[in-house]
Formats: sequence, structure tokens, C-alpha cells
Amino acid sequence: MKAASKPKFVYRSYIATTPEKLWQALTSPEFTSRYWGNRTIHSVWEEGAPVEMRRKDGGHDWHGEVLRFDPPRTLAYTFCVRPGGEGAPELRSRVTFELKPLGETVMLTVTHEDFEPDDSLLESISHGWPAILSSLKSLLETGSPLEYGAWEEVCDSE
Amino acid sequence: MDSVFKALADQTRRQLLDRLFEENGQTLGELCQRMEMSRQAVSKHLAILEAVNLVVTVRRGRRKLHYLNPVPIHDIQRRWMSKYDRRRLSALGELKKGLEDPHHEGSQ
Repeated sequence: MKAASKPKFVYRSYIATTPEKLWQALTSPEFTSRYWGNRTIHSVWEEGAPVEMRRKDGGHDWHGEVLRFDPPRTLAYTFCVRPGGEGAPELRSRVTFELKPLGETVMLTVTHEDFEPDDSLLESISHGWPAILSSLKSLLETGSPLEYGAWEEVCDSE
Repeated sequence: MDSVFKALADQTRRQLLDRLFEENGQTLGELCQRMEMSRQAVSKHLAILEAVNLVVTVRRGRRKLHYLNPVPIHDIQRRWMSKYDRRRLSALGELKKGLEDPHHEGSQ
């Protein structure tokens, strides 16, 4: 890991919820499937343990290792993807979630850093964070994420 | 939301966001070199962008780094997208119910 390099991306959202609920949203598969394009996050959630984001077809989008697990304040994991498919090189980076309660809201800061040099593929993946954060905010504040596979759910609830 | 639009309704501030899009995580000094205006003016515009969350700052050692944060723009987009989609989805839901079980009303 490259120490003290400056973060590539920092994203922030203010969400009207509690740190505990937001923490659950980041770490429970039932929750992530509702705002993260039907993906479920899996880990035993302790530092050093593996973590992965599974698709419905059984494959995974990314995997990594839990680096920080300090509920409900700081969550960090390595973020490894293989955009070229099997056999292509794996791209590594690191994602940190920081939760800070501010009155009725929680300030959520997502830092994406420690990219490999000239890692433009992973950079473009990182541009997906704002959409995920908007979906997460919508889910926690209104109960409806309206993301990808949320169709049936909305149909059923109306 | 008004404040996000107000913040964006200024050419200098849009230019600042463009500079951060080109290179994320710049200090005030680095941004000033790319703008033809006083440090004080740049600082004032940055403060407005930060207040509406379009710019996020983090400290690394003694340096304060500025990052472009597109999250509020996604939130705005989502507001109308979801309203539009919701109406369509609700109509589709009714259609689905009707087609799948024409003798039974509205229970699933």
C-alpha cells in the first residue's frame, strides 16, 4: 500500500438517518441489495476478513479485505476488480467510509484512494459512487431506492 | 436545492469545478495558478461550493485538498427521475396485477 498518497476521489452525502442505520446499510446484504443494483455484500466483518460484493448470478463485482471495522464510525476495505474478466490483471485500491453524526443527519464521506499508477479503468469505476450514494440516501430517507432491480418492489408496494 | 443551482449559476464557480474535474484534490494555491483572479476571490467561490457540498475538502498533513463532489447533482436528478419512474412503475404494477389475475383485485 502506498502510504500518504493523496486520495483520488472524495465523495460526501448528508443523509437524514442515524449512524447505526447507515452502518447497517453499508454492511448488510439485505440492505445493499436495495440500493446497490441488486448486489449483496458479504463478510464476517472483522479486520483482516475477506469482503465481496456478489451479483445475483453468483459472481462478484469486486472483493477485498476488511481494513477497518469500527462501528458506527469507520469502515475501510481494499477494493479489487478485474474489469478485463478472467485472466486480466486485477486492479487494487482502497475505499473508506466515514460516518459523522451532525444533528438530525449523518455526514457520510467516501474516500477512494491508493490506485495503481495510471489506473484509468478503476477511476471510471469510481465514478459510480455518486449514483450509489444518491440511491442510498433515497432509500434511507424515503424508503424507496428506485435502483435497477427495485421495480418489483415498487410495483408490489403501490 | 436552490443553493446548488445558485452555486452553479456562476461561470467562475463552474470553471473551478472544471479544474477539479481535470485534477481532483488540489490545494487553494494550485487552483489559484489555474484561475486568473485573486486568491481571496477563489477562496470565496470555493467556500460557496463547499457550503452546498459540490466541493469537499480533506486535510492531508498541512494541506487542505479540494475535491469535486457530484453527489448533490445526482440527488437532484434522482428527485425527478424517481417521480417520473414511480408513476410509470405504478401503472405497470396495476397492469401486471390485472393481466396475471383478472378475477382478483389488488392483492399480492
